[in-house]
Amino acid sequence: MSSPLRREEVAHVAKLARLTLTEGELDLFTEQLGQVLEHANDMNSLNLEGVVATAHPFGLTNVVRSDEVRASLDRDEVLAMAPDAQDGRFAVPRIMGEAP
Amino acid sequence: MKSAVQIASDVRSGASTADEQLSLSLEAVRARNEELHVFLHIDEEGAREAAARVDGVIAKGENAGPLAGVPIAIKDNVCQRGVPTTCGSKILRGWRPPYSATVIDRLLAAGAVPVGKTNLDEFAMGSSTENSAYGPTRNPLCPSRVPGGSSGGSAAAVAGDMTPLAIGSDTGGSIRQPAALCGIVGVKPTYGLVSRYGLIAFSSSLDQIGPFAKTVTDAATLLEVLAGHDPMDSTSLPEPPPSLVAHLNDGVAGKRIGVVTELIEGADEEIVNEVHRALQVFREAGATVVELSIPELRLGLSAYYLIAPAEASSNLARYDGVRYGLRVDAQDVTAMNEATRTAGFGDEVKRRIMLGTYALSAGYYDAYYGQALKVRTQMIDAFARAYHEVDLIVGATTPTVAFPIGEKASNPMAMYLSDVFTIPTNLTGEAAITVPFGTGEADLPIGVQLLGPGRSEAQLFSAARVLEMADGRA
Repeated sequence: MSSPLRREEVAHVAKLARLTLTEGELDLFTEQLGQVLEHANDMNSLNLEGVVATAHPFGLTNVVRSDEVRASLDRDEVLAMAPDAQDGRFAVPRIMGEAP
Repeated sequence: MKSAVQIASDVRSGASTADEQLSLSLEAVRARNEELHVFLHIDEEGAREAAARVDGVIAKGENAGPLAGVPIAIKDNVCQRGVPTTCGSKILRGWRPPYSATVIDRLLAAGAVPVGKTNLDEFAMGSSTENSAYGPTRNPLCPSRVPGGSSGGSAAAVAGDMTPLAIGSDTGGSIRQPAALCGIVGVKPTYGLVSRYGLIAFSSSLDQIGPFAKTVTDAATLLEVLAGHDPMDSTSLPEPPPSLVAHLNDGVAGKRIGVVTELIEGADEEIVNEVHRALQVFREAGATVVELSIPELRLGLSAYYLIAPAEASSNLARYDGVRYGLRVDAQDVTAMNEATRTAGFGDEVKRRIMLGTYALSAGYYDAYYGQALKVRTQMIDAFARAYHEVDLIVGATTPTVAFPIGEKASNPMAMYLSDVFTIPTNLTGEAAITVPFGTGEADLPIGVQLLGPGRSEAQLFSAARVLEMADGRA
């Protein structure tokens, strides 16, 4: 049986997940992930027509708390753990191109 | 090493002190940590302070709590304020959480003394602790073998007599499998019984924190401390947690115990034999044994390896080099995100992120993730039917005893199969415990697994206690 997963699909998924793969990794992961998906085909042995999906074991409903002001984490302490911070904010490399 | 209950009693009575118990624990850690690689970080300073607080409370004649002065090991995916927390990943190297998990607060309030953070498979993804970015942990009973995983460090800390107690997290068997492979007790509590606040998320609908201990009594004592409603976790059960220690000696007389074909098939013969011996012990203790088949169990592995990666791919999106952890600089923010994640995550984490991203992507969602969620419903319904016929279920915890380091490291599918008997309980959100019972190849321990409905922990502990006593332990 051929792998249910193509190399180009793995490359696409890696891009979506913000991961860079080498050519060797692409070959290896295509094979390994293909094996997992092949194993998953056994789920087709069940007739699941009309079965309701369970995303959460005990039917989670939304939980809200009363809207009260209370202490949050200390800003400076949180920013001290960030790779880069500036003026009380997280700092990142540029997010847009040069101004025209 | 003395039991946790004995240590707490000695410390409360003044026969010993928390500081003295901590010194004994640290000595044991230092004697073998280099060889076994159990702890990623030893927090001696914080532990000395915690011990001093306990001793101070006792000096004032106040109640120091059920775990007074008991050293405990913490899996390194549980946040402890100011203590380095890596999740076994390079991407969190050097990070110190600005807050503590609810379980840490509860442990400190009960008098426990956290001594350090234990090794794990990166982001709890694995069954051998070989996926840690900081190197594998070795099994204290046989150092050429794995301790299991992902909570391998926590299991090894207890099995290696470094601490009488440890906490881990169990998403598909990550407490029960290493407990079985290290010959100790491990519990996957009912989903929502223990707060997940401060547990670094892997698969939020499956993750649950639970105890490791040498004895059933110690494990029950620790779970009573950990369990309880927490407003900081919206999935926390609102009901008061069940009383456990009071029911430890309830036995199994009159109980209907199911032996499920699918929870032993494929296990090594020596393990199947121990499950059968456990059934004989239960019969002699007055239980009725019923044979059952739950064919849906065979699909658990497939459903799990789509649901857990799907949730992981979403949970791990937060490691983008912006707010904490590693950043690899690049010319723009997208390139920085990608360079950071590529350098920061190991292969198994990358595999699961990609698998999950694929299972959730347009065109494949219904065929994979959607199908897995329906299998999950079938699994829940199948167990509910089984629990009409029996009170609890017995099976193997693992298909084999502890395997040699390196044996499955390059074959993900073979590694995934180590979790085949533990995964169903995570999918259903129910409770399970593994208790050491007999030995197999090379005198390595075997774990027998007891499964029950949600909030049936008291019954599971009392049944586990029957096996423990029959096996001449504690």
